[in-house]
Amino acid sequence: MATFKDFRNNVKPNWCPGCGDFSVQAAMQRAAANVGLEPENLAVISGIGCSGRISGYINSYGFHGIHGRSLPIAQGVKMANRDLTVIASGGDGDGFAIGMGHTIHAIRRNIDITYVVMDNQIYGLTKGQTSPRSAAGFKTKSTPMGSVEQAISPMEMALTAGATFVAQSFSTDLKDLTALIEAGIKHKGFSLINVYSPCVTYNKVNTYDWFKENLTKLSDIEGYDPSNREEAMQTLMKHNGLVTGLIYQNTERQSYQELINGYSETPLSQADLDLDQEYFDKLVGEFM
Amino acid sequence: MINQLSWKVGGQQGEGIESTGEIFAIALNRLGYYLYGYRHFSSRIKGGHTNNKIRVSTTEVRSISDDLDVLVAFDQETIDLNYKELHAKGVILADGKFTPKKPEDTQAALYAVPFTEIATELGTSLMKNMVAIGATSAVLNLDIHVFEEVVQEIFGKKGAQVVAKNMDAIQAGYDYMKKQLVDGVEIMELEKADGKKRMFMIGNDAIALGAVAAGCRFMAAYPITPASEIMEYLIKKLPALGGSVIQTEDEIAACTMAIGANYAGVRTITASAGPGLSLKMEAIGLSGITETPLVIVDTQRGGPSTGLPTKQEQSDLMAMIYGTHGEIPKIVMAPSTVEEAFYDTAEAFNLAEEYQCPVIILSDLQLSLGKQTVEPLRMDKVEIRRGKLVTDEIPENENKGYFKRYEVTADGVSPRVIPGMKNGIHHVTGVEHDETGKPSESAANRIAQMDKRFRKIENIRFNTPVYKNVKHEDADVLFVGFNSTRGVIEEAMVRLENEGLKVNHAQIRLIHPFPTDEVLPLVRSAKKVVVVENNATGQLANIMKMNVGHAEKIIKHLKYDGNPFLPHEVYTKCKELF
Repeated sequence: MATFKDFRNNVKPNWCPGCGDFSVQAAMQRAAANVGLEPENLAVISGIGCSGRISGYINSYGFHGIHGRSLPIAQGVKMANRDLTVIASGGDGDGFAIGMGHTIHAIRRNIDITYVVMDNQIYGLTKGQTSPRSAAGFKTKSTPMGSVEQAISPMEMALTAGATFVAQSFSTDLKDLTALIEAGIKHKGFSLINVYSPCVTYNKVNTYDWFKENLTKLSDIEGYDPSNREEAMQTLMKHNGLVTGLIYQNTERQSYQELINGYSETPLSQADLDLDQEYFDKLVGEFM
Repeated sequence: MINQLSWKVGGQQGEGIESTGEIFAIALNRLGYYLYGYRHFSSRIKGGHTNNKIRVSTTEVRSISDDLDVLVAFDQETIDLNYKELHAKGVILADGKFTPKKPEDTQAALYAVPFTEIATELGTSLMKNMVAIGATSAVLNLDIHVFEEVVQEIFGKKGAQVVAKNMDAIQAGYDYMKKQLVDGVEIMELEKADGKKRMFMIGNDAIALGAVAAGCRFMAAYPITPASEIMEYLIKKLPALGGSVIQTEDEIAACTMAIGANYAGVRTITASAGPGLSLKMEAIGLSGITETPLVIVDTQRGGPSTGLPTKQEQSDLMAMIYGTHGEIPKIVMAPSTVEEAFYDTAEAFNLAEEYQCPVIILSDLQLSLGKQTVEPLRMDKVEIRRGKLVTDEIPENENKGYFKRYEVTADGVSPRVIPGMKNGIHHVTGVEHDETGKPSESAANRIAQMDKRFRKIENIRFNTPVYKNVKHEDADVLFVGFNSTRGVIEEAMVRLENEGLKVNHAQIRLIHPFPTDEVLPLVRSAKKVVVVENNATGQLANIMKMNVGHAEKIIKHLKYDGNPFLPHEVYTKCKELF
């Protein structure tokens, strides 16, 4: 059986020292091993940006696509081979700005993949511009007078879009984050895990210390019930979204692949391409 | 007796014009006639003039006819917009309901037939279309029993009574019209057809069926005119084969999802029209640099932007060849008949896997939506070739060395492994990369990988890159076209040859890489080269100049008003040159 070390490759990440993404990488590797995967059965599909490089830093099949499109690529991979474990990953710009349309629709489509967002509230690779997760008033190179736009609340948004698995974590909480990714992989449907992953170079506001001070663990809230969507929404609103842990899970709704008509129970990628002559003749006959 | 007939039915969109044409055409197709139907429609659901022009012949037809024998009109607008196509002995069958007026400058005969009134008497005005079919049958001296089977198929679900009532409506229309056709009125009776069974389908049906035959089991697409029929067909057929279609949130998702599924080993298609292709371009570049097979259909329509969304145009040519930023190997094919649309689509999946690059199947509105008689398509002519797809076990490599997915090879094609295979792990990225897929900015690696990618399509093997009808070693004219202009060129050619002109014809089926070796000798041996295309700038003519030279001989014959060419327009253009 593979250990987390088997999910390491010999590529050195080009992230800055202290970047939160290192821990996300480690958590993903541990979670993959913990759920019993072999490297060839995992496909990590990532977007563009610092965090998008993650698919190249894990010893598994990896596809580093185009900006904002990790989710449609990942859904295509999963539709082609339902036996693969598919993790899509990228930054908050990738998932909540250029790729927001895909995020909402992947949530409501509920194909069985896991989406890990590394949320640092800034554009890092382009050297410090505002992100849709930057708070109003946040000063960056693109908002020198402070952002006047409202930040997106991805967890609330996911709940309203019909999400079946919504979780949030903080990159330094390696154990909790690993457990959430494991739960996301095991969840039968689309799982969204937003991870606060601080940018030590460009975000001087949302720092490690800032998160430590402002985050509330859901496990510390007595009697919190992640199967209660209404409670999840209220808790998020009460804490301005700054909570960590499993926020909501619906285990009753079936995944897209279980619901659609006729879809192969074995991986489509293994299907016989040859068409039966009799069936083809029937198709031809329909046009006569 | 006539061997060819042109019939048109017109009215307001949403009035059942389409189904009237459909019933008439299917019945005649089953008698063994060759048909060609073209719909004029607008981008709205109800209202606005629409018509369906159907040509019936005892021999193959691939274009709209110049003139018209019978016009069935459900409103005055239909008469006013279309009467000029009628020849002197033509007939207008108009609904008496709107007291039709015959334009002064036509010799065609007008008959006011109470379509609506007769239908209402029989139960419902909805059956006015059936009355019109009956009236048409009288003019053609056609036995109305030929419609029984089709009417049964369409209305059978609604019960025997509905079927019977519709047949009664056809009979009533026939009887009424028969009485009007007093001595002296010419009956347009068609020669008997051969009775052979043939298919009657649109180009989009053939594309979709070609995909099924080729083993395509997944589609990701977004609805758009005139491409949606491809998605709609596959939605009906793929589940029975274990496959699926996802209607995505947008065109970018459609294209990237198709890339994901192809990467993971499933033959996947996406289809759209110009606006969708514009949105897919970045992803097509991703397919190019990651060497992921991808089959994309572009059913061209009037552009740019929303342009003329329901009208014919062939203006995406340059965009399809050069549309992505950066440079990638790409194959652009352009079937010119419905048959070719089937076989070329099937072949596109082979090429995409053999050359590991995007393959664009270019169609146009006339080919995609024009409905025509097709000889039964054959499965035994469809091959499945998957190129260098690795299916054997891969030996373990040392020290987690990644599999060389982008190995530099003599033919440029590298072995392709799909996710799930042991010891096949490699990285895939749109960033320039080395042989194992890891990002690399090295200058030497850049050159090696760029050269490798382009080497793939240097000697592309393509069955028939040019459809040729070449009878003369020294032609007066060489006609060149692509996609649906084939039919009009063929008809113009027959007329010109009858008048003593030496005419050759080349319809380009492989647009890119351009088949210069095939086209150059034809250009050399012709006095003049007339390039017929539905766009304003002469894109194919320009591509010809770029690849085969001889700019002095190349004459652009362009039409960009939204309508397909008519045979006489091609004929006349050529006559002007000599």
